[in-house]
Amino acid sequence: MISTMECSVDAQSLISISLMKIHNSRTQRGGIKLHKNLLVSYVLRNARQVYIKEKYAEIYRMQQYEEVMTVCNEIQELNPLDLDAEDADEEEQSRAACCGEEGSVCGAALQRGAAQPAALCRTGSAVSGGCCPLEDGAKDPEPSYYRSCCMEAPPAAPCDPFSAGSGAHCNKTTVLDLDTHVVTTVENGYLHQDCCCGQGAQSAAKKRKVEFGCCVSDVDEVPDFTRKRAKREDCAFSDYTDTSNISNLISIFGSGFSGLLSRQADLEQICSKQALASLGAWTRAIVAF
Amino acid sequence: MAGPGGGSSDVQWCFSQVKGAIDDDVAEADIISTVEFNHTGELLATGDKGGRVVIFQQEPESKNQPQCRGEYNVYSTFQSHEPEFDYLKSLEIEEKINKIRWLPQKNAAQFLLSTNDKTIKLWKISERDKRPEGYNLKEEDGRYRDPNTVTSLRVPVFRPMDLMVEASPRRVFANAHTYHINSISVNSDCETYLSADDLRINLWHLEITDRSFNIVDIKPANMEELTEVITAAEFHPNQCNTFVYSSSKGTIRMCDMRASALCDKHAKLFEEPEDPNNRSFFSEIISSISDVKFSHSGRYMMTRDYLSVKIWDLNMETRPVETYQVHEYLRSKLCSLYENDCIFDKFECCWNGNDSVVMTGSYNNFFRMFDRGYRQDMTLEASRENSKPRSVLKPRKVSTGGKRKKDEISVDSLDFNKKILHTAWHPLDNIIAVATTNNLYIFQEKLN
Repeated sequence: MISTMECSVDAQSLISISLMKIHNSRTQRGGIKLHKNLLVSYVLRNARQVYIKEKYAEIYRMQQYEEVMTVCNEIQELNPLDLDAEDADEEEQSRAACCGEEGSVCGAALQRGAAQPAALCRTGSAVSGGCCPLEDGAKDPEPSYYRSCCMEAPPAAPCDPFSAGSGAHCNKTTVLDLDTHVVTTVENGYLHQDCCCGQGAQSAAKKRKVEFGCCVSDVDEVPDFTRKRAKREDCAFSDYTDTSNISNLISIFGSGFSGLLSRQADLEQICSKQALASLGAWTRAIVAF
Repeated sequence: MAGPGGGSSDVQWCFSQVKGAIDDDVAEADIISTVEFNHTGELLATGDKGGRVVIFQQEPESKNQPQCRGEYNVYSTFQSHEPEFDYLKSLEIEEKINKIRWLPQKNAAQFLLSTNDKTIKLWKISERDKRPEGYNLKEEDGRYRDPNTVTSLRVPVFRPMDLMVEASPRRVFANAHTYHINSISVNSDCETYLSADDLRINLWHLEITDRSFNIVDIKPANMEELTEVITAAEFHPNQCNTFVYSSSKGTIRMCDMRASALCDKHAKLFEEPEDPNNRSFFSEIISSISDVKFSHSGRYMMTRDYLSVKIWDLNMETRPVETYQVHEYLRSKLCSLYENDCIFDKFECCWNGNDSVVMTGSYNNFFRMFDRGYRQDMTLEASRENSKPRSVLKPRKVSTGGKRKKDEISVDSLDFNKKILHTAWHPLDNIIAVATTNNLYIFQEKLN
């Protein structure tokens, strides 16, 4: 794949640089240069691929570590009566690890109440179902899907998605992409997609309300899961760009941008068409601007 | 061994002239954006970012200095394009001249096409060296005489006057391009020409301004599926039915207009497979072709991408027959070049008169020549320091290894603001025009 050894730039800074270039091109004299923006979007795609690969590798390593630790604990505290509680603990810990991981990344995203969601995330146990661990049935370092890690409101007070600012935790902006019919919600600095996390019963994630055509517990629709996963990742990179302009860009480009992701060779075949299609979402949006 | 346009191994290049302001503070309008010799080499046209065209004319060789070919002096200057505003799209249209192409001369006047991002114009450049004198009803200064004061009649006669060069727009070809025009090319039939933007190529007749035919359209039905754009296009020098266009993906398509009205299906596709070892974040950018030029013979074509020049045999589509590295030492600097936008620079390339040598520009005001026959390359510099008349240019070298030899320049001390994007080679002689940011350098072969 892409050699990252060519120089010491990292994927994250490339992503932010590329987004700034696209943003600046909107005010350039002579109008938006289609050619240049197309090339920038290729760099963006390449950087995302590398970044997400690194991220998954890191998360997988973390999860492996957690599982090893859990097994060790189990061996030490073997008590058949406590198995259920331990499972819950295990889940909490891995979720917390995941959330801690993601929260630290997502929390700084988009500068909208960043500290609060991060804090919520890190407490782990206070969250009943927002964060989901990596589903890793086959111990595959690159699982075929990933649930969106969405910070939701405390379960006691489920948020009305359309009431902005109805509480400290609930600050949502909903964007509907007319081309892909995907609803995007930006909440408390998180960028995530309203979709269901219907893969298996292990996750305690609440099913989100699906509004337009997003898949509902359909495991076969891999591209949609890819998109959801990629959508969740959108919030990961944006902590490096801390202007609200960039956050606007991400929310606008979110649904198209997610299609740039293709993580595995087989997924690439499925997603390539979407990747190409979504690559053009940049162009479409750029041209529209 | 060295004849006109001969191998660079025999040729030594001398400084001849430099045109343009000396001061380092470059006005943006003065930035040269295109350079083109006419078909005889007598005229040299430049376009700049301010929308102006300056034409230089070569003086006839003087008997006093037979060693020197004639100098180029300003022949005509005119404002070709003005900035415009597209009210519908709220877009400013730059007046920068993207390309100039000369028409073959048919009569006393010269014609050229100049284009900015949206509009192509046909200019007539004509000389006036006589004027009529002796009107009956007009004074010499143009005032009308009272007819009652006329007592005798005379026939007006032409008398010599100081040479005046007039440039007048004869045709304006507008409103045919949604995207930015990157190329124009005059057909060998001398009646038609093509104009290419990012997604479409149009065919025009030189006499007809209100109609053009779309011959290539790569715009997808859904813009989300866009993966490549057209970067350059050119007509074949001899076959009036053939043209090529290059893409941002590093491919060149050759089309035959006899096959169908819309040439979306290429007759030939020239593409070299990517080397997987060289894959990087910027692979797509550096493989984008910035210029394509047919050889004078029509047998070969040359393409320029960010790091190399490739010569293609039109009979072989699978790979180029020759590849020349322009500045391979930049491959490890691509991320910095991406940050400062230099990676998007569009370098042009050109052939010499007999297709034996090709030339292209680089950074630090360096330009490179590749002799195809002798398999030699040379790096020269266009700078004010080397501007003594008839001083021989010394070949330059960029040191890539750890140890820098004397007179070599390290990669880190290259000035990336000093770039040579536009070069032109006289069609018959060893005279080259090299444009730095705002200066035009003319170099000639050293004649003994």
